[in-house]
Amino acid sequence: MSTDAIAIPRRELASSPIVTRLHEWVTTVDHKRLGILYIIYALVFLLIGGIEATVIRIQLIRPHNDFVSPQVFNRMFTMHGTTMIFFVVMPVLFGFANYLIPLMIGARDMAFPRLNAFSFWMTAFGGLLLYFSLVGANGLYGAGNAPDVGWFAYAPLTSRTFSVGHSTDFWTLALLVSGFGSIGTAINIIATILCMRCPGMTLAKMPLFAWLNLVMAGLVILAVSPLTAAQIMLLVDRYLGGHFFDTQAGGSAVMWMHFFWIFGHPEVYVLILPAFAFASEIIPVFSRKPIFGYSVMVGATVAIGFISMSVWAHHMFTVGMGANVNTFFVISTMAIAVPTGIKIFNWLATMWGGKIEFKTPMLFCIAFLFQFLAAGLTGVMLSVAPFNWQLGNSYFVIAHFHYVIVGGILFALFGAFYYWFPKMSGKMYSETLGKLHFWLFLIGFHLTFDFMHIPGLLGMPRRIYTYEPGRGWDTWNLIVTIGVFFQAAGILVFLGNLLWSNFRGEAAGSDPWDAWTLEWSTTSPPPEYNFSTIPAVESRRPLWDLKHPDDPDSKYE
Amino acid sequence: MQSQGSQILVLVCCSATAFADAASPFRPTNIFAPASTPAKSIFGLSLFVLAVVGAIFIVVFTLLLYSVVKFRKRRNDDGREPPQVYGSNQVELAWTVIPVLIVVALFMATARVIATVQKVSMPGNAIAVTAIGHQFWWEYRYPALGVVTANELHVPVSDPGHPTPTFIKLLSADTDHSFWVPRLAGKTDLIPNHPNSMWIDPQETGLYLGQCAQYCGTQHAKMLLRIYVQSRDDFDRWIQAQRQPVSVSATASQGQRIFETTACINCHTVAGTAANGRFGPDLTHLMSRDTIAAGAASNTAENLRLWILNPNAIKPGSLMPAMELNDQELDALTAYLETLR
Amino acid sequence: MNATSIAAAEQRIEWDRPARGRVAMFGLIAAEAAIFTIFVVAYLFYVGKSLTGPLPKDVLSVPIFYTICLLSNSLTIHLAAKSLRQGSVRRFGILWLATIALGAAFLYGTATEWHRLIYQEGLTISTNLFGTTYYSLVGLHGFHVIAGLVALSMVMVFTFLGNVRPEHAERVDVLSLYWHFVDTVWIVVFTVVYVIGR
Repeated sequence: MSTDAIAIPRRELASSPIVTRLHEWVTTVDHKRLGILYIIYALVFLLIGGIEATVIRIQLIRPHNDFVSPQVFNRMFTMHGTTMIFFVVMPVLFGFANYLIPLMIGARDMAFPRLNAFSFWMTAFGGLLLYFSLVGANGLYGAGNAPDVGWFAYAPLTSRTFSVGHSTDFWTLALLVSGFGSIGTAINIIATILCMRCPGMTLAKMPLFAWLNLVMAGLVILAVSPLTAAQIMLLVDRYLGGHFFDTQAGGSAVMWMHFFWIFGHPEVYVLILPAFAFASEIIPVFSRKPIFGYSVMVGATVAIGFISMSVWAHHMFTVGMGANVNTFFVISTMAIAVPTGIKIFNWLATMWGGKIEFKTPMLFCIAFLFQFLAAGLTGVMLSVAPFNWQLGNSYFVIAHFHYVIVGGILFALFGAFYYWFPKMSGKMYSETLGKLHFWLFLIGFHLTFDFMHIPGLLGMPRRIYTYEPGRGWDTWNLIVTIGVFFQAAGILVFLGNLLWSNFRGEAAGSDPWDAWTLEWSTTSPPPEYNFSTIPAVESRRPLWDLKHPDDPDSKYE
Repeated sequence: MQSQGSQILVLVCCSATAFADAASPFRPTNIFAPASTPAKSIFGLSLFVLAVVGAIFIVVFTLLLYSVVKFRKRRNDDGREPPQVYGSNQVELAWTVIPVLIVVALFMATARVIATVQKVSMPGNAIAVTAIGHQFWWEYRYPALGVVTANELHVPVSDPGHPTPTFIKLLSADTDHSFWVPRLAGKTDLIPNHPNSMWIDPQETGLYLGQCAQYCGTQHAKMLLRIYVQSRDDFDRWIQAQRQPVSVSATASQGQRIFETTACINCHTVAGTAANGRFGPDLTHLMSRDTIAAGAASNTAENLRLWILNPNAIKPGSLMPAMELNDQELDALTAYLETLR
Repeated sequence: MNATSIAAAEQRIEWDRPARGRVAMFGLIAAEAAIFTIFVVAYLFYVGKSLTGPLPKDVLSVPIFYTICLLSNSLTIHLAAKSLRQGSVRRFGILWLATIALGAAFLYGTATEWHRLIYQEGLTISTNLFGTTYYSLVGLHGFHVIAGLVALSMVMVFTFLGNVRPEHAERVDVLSLYWHFVDTVWIVVFTVVYVIGR
């Protein structure tokens, strides 16, 4: 297929001095460059968060281990959770959204390019602020050290009484700052999708990727704001003598939990919806069929968005909210399983009757389907409040949410990396290394997270730096730790593949996958202006219509 | 194929027995080995939930596996696109209605057990205990029986025919904690300014283990729980022993003098003496306990001495300060504590 | 890929999309509304729960005058935007200035109220639960009034410099959306603090 799109050759830029090129990157407002900045930032923090996880797992490899002190361990799990959620998964998803949304809807950039840049740098600064907490040396009173209050920072552990020094403040401020960045990005995504679609692309004709990110952005606005409010309240308590969470003055520790989880639960849907978006773009292309049930997928997404705002207290079943309140949150949580299950069935139906090609992106998405199914089902188990009274705050919960975030989100994300890498870099990755990454990571993931459920069932709580022998937890913890090294190997292969292919890979062309959405109609990588002329579309798969003029989608939609 | 199948069967059976093996001391905190009504109600519900969830998993897993195998692109593919199917309203309806029905069934079963466990009022013959969570130890008070102790809870066994449950009121002196003894009940949190309550009616005597299940600071990991379920007679005898103040000798021993003149009495209580501090555990009957430091070490003279000398050697980050005593003072003090039976 | 055939379709299709400034402002308002909701929930939850110290009914006096100032500048800003759309920059400038003045009056009222509460009644943010929630909620709103006045003042300066013209009516409209939101929040805060909570 020849391309008429005109691309400015990039060779001349390679000869400008490095300072000029760096300056261009730092001052860019181009959505594609900001997207890549988000992604690289996230990959750096993925390595850091991964090291933190490795330290945790080495400490827990056997009972009464002394690899690190309890103080260091408590900082490790706090930093691991906070880093992974706020400075790895959110940025990388914003990065893909920023890069792809304008291209998929036929626009030249996001609605507010400067707001886009501001949001990125706020997020970036938040991460640096969090890690600046390490600079304060141990023993310098008040100088701070990494926060050790857990990523959900329950009150009153975070009050000045129990968290002396400034480590908690670094946690609070880092999230406050990056929260403004998240809200800015969310506003930008919504404005872009609602206002910048190319002619003919009604909301009913835009890619599911756009729909899922639209709902995600709505959730960010409604969820991150309560966290912002709670952080302000915490700062008022810590610095202005306020009593929001001061139980000695009649304040409520439970109120922090409510506010945090009103953020915390929709947050996990913020994380998973873009993963659904990746799957919804990749699975159809590699099954050679359109997504099954587009309207139902949209409806299910919107339903998930709404219901997700009403389930938060399933994180608080053990707190003592009373039987009636517990019962309400059981039903709301179970309800959200229905649209989520519908999505799995629609992906299954997309593959059904297709011609599946097992390229690396598809391998990761197939694993995503199996793993997300399992993760969702352990979630249903946890939604049963009495069962939660046993399983909550144990390693079963840790296994569940890592199954979602690693087994679901990270796998779909790897699929997305391989799928869109040719578009972003213009080069093809090594399929052999891609498959090696897949198998290494799959083995490691299952070793670690399948077996992690068992200590939870045997009574092992979370956030403990060591454990007693004789509880039956030892062997399982050993297996869990071994899996980490396979995952690490997989990630190293992945990064090596990206780097090597970026510089030495074969040219990919504009449409290496024979796909159907607008980003594949322009060059790889796209020119700064994205499209030589703004396209106009008549169906959900404009490139299918062009490639099959005798049988366009517009006839059937 | 055959041997693989039987291998799998053996594996499944082993796992099942491994989980159900309640009496084995090897798994004292197994949630699938309930010995008290709340834990048993949860266990029954969990089997139902596991069955439903397991069935769903097997069905969908099989369908997914089938689809990636059956609909893979063959080597001799003709290069044409497969039939482009956009959706089907009937199918969508089917796989909406069935999950809704499953959810309704799960919900009804769950609501019933929530009520069974949480909508229970304390009967007249129940033992009332108040548990107060501290960083990083458990305070227990039996208000009606006039007993105060720490870290090791004693309750009477409950005959299912004539239950004598123990109702525990849960309070906190500092941050959030959680009381989790898996074989007896689900966990309930101890939150300052938010009293909670739970109940247990253990049906077999013995020692039940657990630990704090809500991150409460540096030594959250070693805030262990030990519940001694005893026959009614043994329990009554224990209560009687706990109610006695210590016998104070006419001339206070050197160890007792050290205890009362160092900062010990600021935090600890020894009933019948000048020591009535509340920040640390009540030591009146310290030697009646098997462990010290909330289960972090066994209660031997050597450990006791080490604990006073350098708590960080046993539980780094605990709130007991190192008392900076010399060897001779330590020996005397330990000897005194050893008299607190 | 035949770009020309895609482009040709453009002429056949009529294409209407909302204005991005307006959509973004609604997004911002939604986020801010969520933040205020949390502070209002905290305020309502803690009504009557202070263990010590001055109670609302003892120390609060209902700020009727300053409330009228603030709410009436919703009217002036609406008329200002309308004037600009109709082409009258002069009338726009006068009404815009009135909006700012009324907003500043409201802030002055809040300041004097706080001065009285702190120095005469002894109520500070750290006194009790009422103090904490009152100053946080009213303060958060006041902060948004200040931010709004800064934005309005910038537009005032541009007007004096002659740079504001009728074609900017849409942008002024979007800014006035923010101002209407701030006023609406005051209605909620007023009801919660001076009616329900007292």
